[in-house]
Amino acid sequence: MSYQTHLQRLEAESIHIMREVAAQFRNPVMLYSIGKDSSVMLHLALKAFYPSKPPFPLLHVDTTWKFREMVAFRDRRAAELGLDLLVHINQEGVAQGIGPFTHGSAVHTDVMKTQSLKQALDLYGFDAAFGGARRDEEKSRAKERVFSFRTRSHRWDPKNQRPELWNLYNGRINKGESIRVFPLSNWTELDIWQYIYQEQIPVVPLYFAAPRPVVERDGTLIMVDDERMPLAPGETPEARMVRFRTLGCYPLTGAVESRAQTLPEIIREMLLARTSERQGRVIDQDAGASMEAKKQEGYF
Amino acid sequence: MTQTPEHASATAEVEAYLRAQEDKTLLRFITCGSVDDGKSTLLGRLLYDCQLLFEDQLASLENDSARFGTTGSGNLDLALLVDGLAAEREQGITIDVAYRFFTTDRRKFIVADTPGHEQYTRNMVTGASTAEAAVLLADARKGVLTQTRRHSYIVSLLGIRHLVLAINKMDLVDWDRETFERISADYRAFATELGVEAVTCIPVSALTGDNVTTASERMPWYTGPTLLDYLEGVDVERDLRAGPFRMPVQWVNRPNLDFRGFSGTIAGGRVRVGEPLVVLPAGKRSTLARIVTMDGDREQAGAGEAVTLVLDDEIDVSRGDLIAGAESRPEVADQFAAHLVWMDEQPLLPGRPYLLRTATATVNAQVTEIKHKVNVNTLEQTAAKHLELNDVAVCNLALDRAVPFDPYVDNRETGAFILVDRITNATVGCGMVDFALRRAANIHHHAMEIDKAARAAAKGQKPCVLWFTGLSGAGKSTVADLVEQRLHAMGRHTMTLDGDNVRHGLNRDLGFTAEDRVENIRRVAEVARLMVEAGLIVCVSFISPFRSERRLARERLADGEFLEVFVDATLETCEARDPKGLYKKARAGEIPNFTGIGSPYEPPEAPELRLDANGSDPETLAEQVVELLAARGVI
Repeated sequence: MSYQTHLQRLEAESIHIMREVAAQFRNPVMLYSIGKDSSVMLHLALKAFYPSKPPFPLLHVDTTWKFREMVAFRDRRAAELGLDLLVHINQEGVAQGIGPFTHGSAVHTDVMKTQSLKQALDLYGFDAAFGGARRDEEKSRAKERVFSFRTRSHRWDPKNQRPELWNLYNGRINKGESIRVFPLSNWTELDIWQYIYQEQIPVVPLYFAAPRPVVERDGTLIMVDDERMPLAPGETPEARMVRFRTLGCYPLTGAVESRAQTLPEIIREMLLARTSERQGRVIDQDAGASMEAKKQEGYF
Repeated sequence: MTQTPEHASATAEVEAYLRAQEDKTLLRFITCGSVDDGKSTLLGRLLYDCQLLFEDQLASLENDSARFGTTGSGNLDLALLVDGLAAEREQGITIDVAYRFFTTDRRKFIVADTPGHEQYTRNMVTGASTAEAAVLLADARKGVLTQTRRHSYIVSLLGIRHLVLAINKMDLVDWDRETFERISADYRAFATELGVEAVTCIPVSALTGDNVTTASERMPWYTGPTLLDYLEGVDVERDLRAGPFRMPVQWVNRPNLDFRGFSGTIAGGRVRVGEPLVVLPAGKRSTLARIVTMDGDREQAGAGEAVTLVLDDEIDVSRGDLIAGAESRPEVADQFAAHLVWMDEQPLLPGRPYLLRTATATVNAQVTEIKHKVNVNTLEQTAAKHLELNDVAVCNLALDRAVPFDPYVDNRETGAFILVDRITNATVGCGMVDFALRRAANIHHHAMEIDKAARAAAKGQKPCVLWFTGLSGAGKSTVADLVEQRLHAMGRHTMTLDGDNVRHGLNRDLGFTAEDRVENIRRVAEVARLMVEAGLIVCVSFISPFRSERRLARERLADGEFLEVFVDATLETCEARDPKGLYKKARAGEIPNFTGIGSPYEPPEAPELRLDANGSDPETLAEQVVELLAARGVI
């Protein structure tokens, strides 16, 4: 018998992690952000529990500023697979009219994403939440555990994480505490795309290049996805051939110019990449350690 | 979507690329060394040369170098590529395990990057636990140092069989062959002592890149592999696949009444449909009917694969069981000898119960004996009564039920375990099983005709333990004495165990260190349990400062039989009373480890009764205890 390939080993490891969560926790949930990593994570969950359905619901924390195509894709996939999908919106934030244009990316992300996520976790009493984060995404994530302990107030304390040995994951918690679980910890962006290609996993069409209406702001291409986007005097959206390497709130997600319309073209572009994927996220362009600060607050 | 020529060529190109990568494997390795050896620089060099540095990472790197860099302005500091959290970057040291990724056309690599100092032994152990190979760093100017030996011992302890000694900074010794050969010979001699056979020594310069990914032109005398050649070529999977079949059951898969499968990751060997299997610890035999995956049923499967097994009969299997090949069974035992690494600030105390987690089973366990500690620098063996953070020791452990396992040298997955604190839930230690101890195997419980219920019935009462805990001078013994007087007056059969009295007899060999306090309470808990068996109402009056041991005592009894009474008086109150003059002596430094002064008291979180002993008179407090007994139906 030949050895396992690197994708087979990554797949097996992720499945192992998911089964541990199903066995160790009372009320787990899978955070589903609709992006390519979430697509892979969901596919792995289908494999992990086959022929059973994944024994947990999906949760999407909707900031109300996601690309319309993302929301359509989310609803379609959940229906096709017959999975339980929970959508949570921070209604307090909606009532206060919080948005990226009026309040800036920091406030918007905090209220509609970080606080909203905490609300949802508390509302449903989830004791474990899967997230699609990868260690290769950002330096502060290189030291993140697969089972990441969170206090009752959802805080992450980098100094107080449990040692993680072999594949023995310690999921014991007291009431109110929780664990964030990262089954894709050891995957890289290239692994994700190779796996999507190999397994023919559906992803949101925004990853593929198409003519889309964009404006350029501070060197970042922002797609005008709906009428809520205020345009400066003289600013007119122009159709450019663009795609997205990562997906989030449309006003905070930069597009890249590309002609990659198929998976092989995306992978080729990836192999020749000269810019890493998070470059497109406005949120990360603060000081080097900004992600670490956000994580301590409870951001994924 | 229309297929333009551009699409077609991209598709062909990528498909060719993916085909070429079909056999691409994965290697997990650990790098050990300190900042001074240039470990981060070496790792940065590997990442850099493998061209996985994206342009904006380089841009942000240039930024960071200006702020923290140590290589002078204008040069990229490769080490900054791999140093992580903000606080650590400012201190210029790595203090946790960081995982890095890079890939070549032949292999994907996951690197556990761990700090090298002795106080980070636990981090290195963590990183080594999932690594298949280890790259150790030595400075060519310094040779094999104490830390090189320590790192080698730790990785060999964790079962890594493929070691590379990268002798770095060859540029600073003029690429001298003799220096390299002297250090290699020193190191090989030491590795042989450790029992590690596969050692490869490579002369490198992380700074210039020589022999890291490309063969050095400045060291033509070296004809061995570059570091990357070695990492791409080393075969680490053969061992795992050759062993006997093992699969710990993680999750029982029951989508409906017609399907019952057992999901898990194969931990060793391989299996084929139709082969005879055995399920442990029960020892039930069965035959493999199907190997189910979402991609279709399989005829056979091997180590590392996550599968779902269906057996050909309806035997009872649950999480924590181990499915093994019928021909070559693992051991099943409730006592074994193991190497332990302690990872918590709170010391390990023999006799204290911890949760022990193997591949899937979770049981209560205690260290019954610390055979010896191992000095990780010199490998000397020394005696120890407890284990501190980063200690490595050989211990005997006793579990509250038998679990299946293999010696760690035979299987790293079925021979490993972690220890979890039962109160904080922290992972406090890890262990590698050496062998089973047979001593318990022949002692069976004798089933007696006259049992606890019969003895209690003869006395016409319901036996229980009233466990009085609190600071010295809180009034435990006074209240316990009054309670016993009242019960006696009611015609109840009672007994009181008092800390001071028991220490004069049964426990006179014990002192007041934390480990002796644990043993003190363990013995008293056992005696109290025997007295409950005898049908008595037992008053136990002990400071019993630790939650863990009070919980142990509680768990030795049936539900409702253990009533914890917290005699709660402040330290100030107790110290003002000081009936035996002990606080005065403790303050004068004459009594070390005195509870409340030199040693902690952990108050109960949910006692059955809390007595406010700061002012109330003992009669009133005793009355409250009698009321508790009445409310619980004891009297």
